Amino acid sequence: MKTTGKNVVRYNRWGYYFLIPFVLVYVIFQLIPLVSTIYNSFFEHYFKNGLTEVGPNFVGLANYASLFSGGDLLKYFGNTMIMWIIGFIPQIIVSLLLAAWFSDPSLRLKGTPFFQTVIYMPNLIMASAFSMLFFALFSDIGPINSMLQNMGIIHETYKFFSHTGSARALVGFMNFVMWFGNTTILLLAGMLGIDTSLYEAAEVDDATATQIFWKITLPILKPILIYVMITSLIGGLQMFDVPQILTNGEGTPSRTTMTLIMFLNKHLYSKNYGMGGALSVMLFIITGILSLIIFRFNTSDKYK
Amino acid sequence: MEKKKENGMSVKTRRVVAYVVLVLITILCLFWFYVLFINATRSNSELKRGFTMIPSKYLGQNLHNIFHSSNLPILTGLFNSFFIAACTAALCTYFSTMTAFAIHAYDFKLKKPMFTFILAVMMIPTQVTALGFLNLIRSMKLIDNFIPLIVPSVASPIVFFYMKQSMEATLPMELLESARIDGAGEFRIFNTIALPLMKPAIAVQAIFAFVTSWNNYFTPALVLKSDNKKTLPILIATLRSADFLKFDMGQVYMFIAMSILPVIVVYLFLGKNIVGGMTAGAVKG
Repeated sequence: MKTTGKNVVRYNRWGYYFLIPFVLVYVIFQLIPLVSTIYNSFFEHYFKNGLTEVGPNFVGLANYASLFSGGDLLKYFGNTMIMWIIGFIPQIIVSLLLAAWFSDPSLRLKGTPFFQTVIYMPNLIMASAFSMLFFALFSDIGPINSMLQNMGIIHETYKFFSHTGSARALVGFMNFVMWFGNTTILLLAGMLGIDTSLYEAAEVDDATATQIFWKITLPILKPILIYVMITSLIGGLQMFDVPQILTNGEGTPSRTTMTLIMFLNKHLYSKNYGMGGALSVMLFIITGILSLIIFRFNTSDKYK
Repeated sequence: MEKKKENGMSVKTRRVVAYVVLVLITILCLFWFYVLFINATRSNSELKRGFTMIPSKYLGQNLHNIFHSSNLPILTGLFNSFFIAACTAALCTYFSTMTAFAIHAYDFKLKKPMFTFILAVMMIPTQVTALGFLNLIRSMKLIDNFIPLIVPSVASPIVFFYMKQSMEATLPMELLESARIDGAGEFRIFNTIALPLMKPAIAVQAIFAFVTSWNNYFTPALVLKSDNKKTLPILIATLRSADFLKFDMGQVYMFIAMSILPVIVVYLFLGKNIVGGMTAGAVKG
C-alpha cells in the first residue's frame, strides 16, 4: 500500500511538468502584456507629431476621462453594436430555421452533410481577402453595380461605400454570411441533444411543427441561445478585419463604420500608449463581464 | 398510419420549402466565390467592360502577372503565411494536448485551480493585450520576426479545452496504468500512447489552428514591417490602400483567389471531418 502511495505522488508530479510550457508561454506573452497594458493606461505617453516623445507621466484616470469625454468611444461603440446587430438578427433567424430542419427526422432532408459543409465554408475564408473581394465587387466600377444597371434596378452608379447605411449594411451582411454556418452547427448540436420522446409525445397530441418549435425546441435551447448570443457579441466587439479592409482603416463615410478595435489599431500605430491602454482596459472589462455571464450559465447548467 | 397520411401534405410542402431555402442559402454562400474565380480568368479590359457569368481565357496570363509583379511579392507572401501557419498548427496542437494531458491524467493540488484559470482566460481577446504585447516584443527585439507570431500559440486555452473534452472520451486511465507497469516513463507515455490516440482530434484542431493563423491580420500587421516578411492578409491590405482604380483588376482577383484557394481545397477534402469535429466539441462548452 505504502509503495503505491509513494508511486502515485511521484508520477503525479508530472502534472506540473507538463503544464510548464503552457504556463511559461502564457505568462510571458499574455499575462505580462495584460499587466503592462493596464499599467500603461494610467500614464500619459505618446508621440507628438509622431516624433517627440511625451511622458510617461503618471496621470491617474485622466486617459479614461478623455476617452469618454471625447465622445469618440461611444460613437465607435455604437457603430460596432449597430453593425453587429445588422449581422446577428438574420444570422440567428436563419440558423434557427436551418438547425430545426436539419434536426427534424420527419423531414428526412437529403444532402444535409453537403449543405452543412457549404454554409460553414465562409467562416474559414480569410476575412481580409473576403472583404477585398466585396470591395472589388461593390466598387463603383464593380460587377454588382454593372449587374444592377443591366437589370434596370438602378440607373446610375450607386456608391456603396459613400453612404452610411449601405456601408454598415455591407459589413453586417458579410458578418452574417461568415458566421451563420457556425451558429447553425452550434444550435444543431443543441437540438440533436433534445430527448426525442418529447417530440413523439407532442406528435401524439397533434402539435404542429410550428407549435413544437416554439413550445419545446426553443425553451430547451435557451441556454445555448444565450451562449451563442454572448459569444457572438464578444466576437462582434472584436470586429476589425472586415471594416478595416473595406474602408481602408478610415471607417468611411465620416467614421460611421469605425469599430472599437479599428480605433485601438490607430492608437497602436501612432504609439499612443496611454489612450490605447485605457481603451484596451475598457474592452477587457466589457469582455470579462460578458464571459462571466457565460461561465455562470455553464456551471449552473451542469448542476441541474 | 392514419396520422401520417393526415400530415402527409404538410410535411411534403415543408420539405419543398426547406429545399428551396437551402438552395438559396447555398447560392448566397457560393456566389461570391464563383464571381471571384470567374473574374480571375478575365483580363483588365474585359473586367472594366462589365460583368458576365462565363469564364474567359486569361487565367494563365493573370497567374503569370501576379507571380512576376514587382510591387506585390505574392510568392514570399504565400511562403511566409504557410511557414507561420504550419509552425503554429504544430506547436499549438502538440502543447495543447500536453496541457490537456496534465489536467486529465494526473492528480495534483493545483489541478482544479489551473483548469478553472484556463477556462476563465479563454475569452480574453488577443487585441486587449496587444499594446503590452507590442511593447514586450519591442524590448525583446523581436519586431519584424516570426517568433512572436508562432510561439504564443503554445498557450491556446480554446484548443486546450477541445483536447481535454475529447481526451475524456478517448484516453482511458487503465491504458496509462498498464504502460506504467511496463515501466514506461511519463514523457514516453504521453508521446507514444496519448498522442497517437488523440490523432483525430489533433488533426481537426491542427486544421483550425492553421486556418486561423493563415487568416490572421491584426497581430501580423503590427509585428511584421519589411516587405519580404509580410503575410498574405497584410499584402491584401496594401493592395486595398494602393490606388485601386489604377490596378490591373485581373491581378487583384487572382491575388484574392490565391490567398483563399489553399483553405478551400483543404476544406473540400476534409470538410465533413471539420464540421463533425465542430459539432462534437461544440455545446459541451
